[in-house]
Amino acid sequence: MEARDATAASGLAAGTTRPRLGAASPRYGEQAIKGILALCALLSVVTTIGIVVSLLGPSLEFFKEIPVTDFVFGTEWAPSEAADPDSFGVLPIVMGTLTVTLWGLLVAIPVGLGAAIYLSEYARPRVRKVLKPTLEVLAGVPTVAFGFFAFSFITPLLIDVWPGFLGDPPNIFNAGAAGIAIGLLIVPIVASISEDAMSAVPAGLREGAYALGASRMRVALRVVFPAALSGIVASIVLGISRAVGETLVVLMAAGSLPFLGITFTEQIQAMTAFIGVTATGDISTGTIEYDTIFAVGLLLFVMTLVLNLVSIRLVRRFREVYE
Amino acid sequence: MKKHKLLTALFALLAAALTLGVAACGGDEENDGAESGGEALSGEIVIDGSSTVAPLSEQIAALFQEENPDVRITVGTAGTGGGFERFCAGETDISDASRQIEPEEEKLCADGNVEFEEITVANDALSVVVNPDNPVTCVSTDQLNEVYGPDSDITSWADVPDLDEPFEAELAIFSPGADSGTFDYFSEAVNGEEGEQRRQGINIVGENDNATVTGVAGDEGGIGYFGFSFFNENQDQLKALEIENEDGDCVPPAEETAQDGSYNPLGRQLYIYPSADALQEPVVQEFVQFYLETANEVIPQAGFIGLTDEQLSDSQANVDRLLSGSGGSGGSGEETTE
Amino acid sequence: MNEPGSARTRRAVAGARAAVAAGIENQPTADVRKSIAFQAFLLFTIGVAILGLALLLIDAFVEGLPRFGTELFTAETSALPQDSGFYNAIIGTLLVIAGVTAMTVPVGTGAAIYLEEYADRERWWNRLIEVNIQNLAAVPSIVYGILGLAFIVRGPLSIGFVVLAGSMTLSLLVLPTVIIAAREAIRAVPPSIREGSLALGATEWQTIRRQTLPAAIPGIATGVILAISRAVGETAPLLLVGAAAFVTFSPEGFFDRYTVLPVQIFTYFARAQDEYIVLAAAGIIVMLILLLAMNSFAIWLRNRYEQKW
Repeated sequence: MEARDATAASGLAAGTTRPRLGAASPRYGEQAIKGILALCALLSVVTTIGIVVSLLGPSLEFFKEIPVTDFVFGTEWAPSEAADPDSFGVLPIVMGTLTVTLWGLLVAIPVGLGAAIYLSEYARPRVRKVLKPTLEVLAGVPTVAFGFFAFSFITPLLIDVWPGFLGDPPNIFNAGAAGIAIGLLIVPIVASISEDAMSAVPAGLREGAYALGASRMRVALRVVFPAALSGIVASIVLGISRAVGETLVVLMAAGSLPFLGITFTEQIQAMTAFIGVTATGDISTGTIEYDTIFAVGLLLFVMTLVLNLVSIRLVRRFREVYE
Repeated sequence: MKKHKLLTALFALLAAALTLGVAACGGDEENDGAESGGEALSGEIVIDGSSTVAPLSEQIAALFQEENPDVRITVGTAGTGGGFERFCAGETDISDASRQIEPEEEKLCADGNVEFEEITVANDALSVVVNPDNPVTCVSTDQLNEVYGPDSDITSWADVPDLDEPFEAELAIFSPGADSGTFDYFSEAVNGEEGEQRRQGINIVGENDNATVTGVAGDEGGIGYFGFSFFNENQDQLKALEIENEDGDCVPPAEETAQDGSYNPLGRQLYIYPSADALQEPVVQEFVQFYLETANEVIPQAGFIGLTDEQLSDSQANVDRLLSGSGGSGGSGEETTE
Repeated sequence: MNEPGSARTRRAVAGARAAVAAGIENQPTADVRKSIAFQAFLLFTIGVAILGLALLLIDAFVEGLPRFGTELFTAETSALPQDSGFYNAIIGTLLVIAGVTAMTVPVGTGAAIYLEEYADRERWWNRLIEVNIQNLAAVPSIVYGILGLAFIVRGPLSIGFVVLAGSMTLSLLVLPTVIIAAREAIRAVPPSIREGSLALGATEWQTIRRQTLPAAIPGIATGVILAISRAVGETAPLLLVGAAAFVTFSPEGFFDRYTVLPVQIFTYFARAQDEYIVLAAAGIIVMLILLLAMNSFAIWLRNRYEQKW
């Protein structure tokens, strides 16, 4: 503003009005439109508040009855036996979620990273033409299809080919099949974000390494991979977050019996499946069993929130370094 | 310019979606509330509850809808317990149940100002199913208690005492979840107290009866339980155990044994509970009447076990009393069980 | 000396390239072997992904094929599985999705415009909104179901288990994705377009309405369709918000009860008769076809209308 005033003031004789570059009228319409658009954006904040409020209220009711330490550290989860105050320890279903996530990562990390490295470093056109659409289709397959696949194909297959030395064959409901299906489900997340991170590594780094005589594998593993590490870790964290929040696959294939521990062959109950089963069954509002839905929902929300904040931090780091 | 054409097209699509919605909303208001008097009834009936009774309710709902295309019936499977909770909160018109309503639930309904009637619609022989390769023929409730009891920790058929044929396979135990009326009924009959059942080493299939079928059929040592219709549908894959009744006879689950009462203690009845409020609607009255009329025709093809003549006339009398409006009784505890 | 383009330059460049290439290719054999093994490993992992997807699709096809035919799309739900089709569920899905589209496109685009064009990035509240949107995109879908159950079906709005409740719940779920996609599309419009318009005296809103937005619409449309196709496959929140198990009618308005395709599939999956399992698999095929159609449309849109700046 001052610069304009100065030049105007210096270039004009006294008595002439200074031309103003601002709007001629207050432009209330513009303000109104800006207000409306801001409201649209604020809706997201309202949603978050809504989620927190809808979870917090009944959760606080719940925690009046059951101390938080019992909830978080207790080892027995049987809310249908509400009379027994020891049956509200959430660890078994948290372990259920984490177990399935673990098997999922065992599938998704090698496959996802392999695909990402290939796409960014090797990228032979024929393979690329098959791989890219595969990833896009995988990302679009609905979760009910994954659940169906886990129960009707993966589980029977596992039961059939299960080698004796690994012990008993899997149950009809087992954590392993659900985990494998979830792994397949999150491969596109890991692959696409890792690929973005690897592509963002400046060509100069790669070319320098090639010029020094490094093989492609060495460049991929020793130059690009470490350089893109924060983005790769972000992709894995996002994949974990997705796996933790997945409901249908565990509901259809992993079972409804809480199990404290890591297992591949036994059934487990995940937090999301517990919410799904309970909310569509017992819904007597105001009882402790009903409030468990909200307490577990709150825990889920907090877990994914933390994971997401971590991944945002990591993504910001890899973007800043190279842009 | 192609930009503007696309813009207009999208706006038009949005506008169309909105007008469709608004017009449909407006049109819908006219259909709300039943119209009586004409041949074509209209209105909505919301049914929820037992997954055992649901297939029967669905068949009858579908038939009713063929004759009355303007009626909308939805059937949910929240489980007998879940169904009652919705019912007592006023969210459903009819509750399907595979066991009778319990005192706590009656109180819940009283608190929610929901009055209801209990109508028996079918018999059921709660079947205990095993793999066809299992040689055992007959079990008693004590033996079942060994397998399913809350303190049970056995893992093999060999640990079940007094089997009529030796069998050593590993146990693969299946059960519905705690919401299920079948679970309630079975746990009371076998373990002595409703809701008590072992928690380790058992597969809870929730409302997924298919998982019990697949699981038991696929495992030599499999054992599970559900309503007779599910066994009936899958006789090629499963075998039902005979149950030792109070007279000491081994009785298989079947239509005759359920109806004459010899299949005990796992014989039971299936019910629908319409609410007094719902019964004010002509469409619900017609539906309940229709239910009883067609039940015994539909039941055989649905795989259920029909009512005896005596039960049918009892239920019919109940319904007649209701429909003639001679005062809705607030909950009926006076139904006699077989 | 050496002019660019002269034969001598060209030969020199070619020679330099050959030397570098020779240097690169001259690798110790161990390294070469490891490199080949590594490449094979990568191809193997990619193969797992492709195989996994192929098996999933083949499994659904093989199991559902006996029931496949046009009646699957046109038959209503009936008590007998042999006579049932997915017509009611398809109508339910379409109605719910229409509601979601009507709600998310204006609000999502509006929010994106605000964040990209108006909001001052330095203000803490704008940054909070941005972080908030990113967090919402990662919240598990079932939590949205709880939100819908508590506030829309019951609670303050109390509209019951109707189509509108499903649409609103899914809209909240999908909105963050729509906002993010719309922002990408708006961001892709080069600043020169905006600056030119402002320089000619247009107001902010005029610039947006006549220049930026029309240019960004293909991108927004593509993003919206992809976000919405995700909503088509969402089951968990709708289970809680009341897409009922067995409906024999098609919803006609936003205040009717309903069911949607994925919930219908899920319910059939849990039935004890074999025919229902076949029906569930056939339903998955129906869904995949629907999604394929939507995604192809989005890709066609993008290819046809994409502006190359």
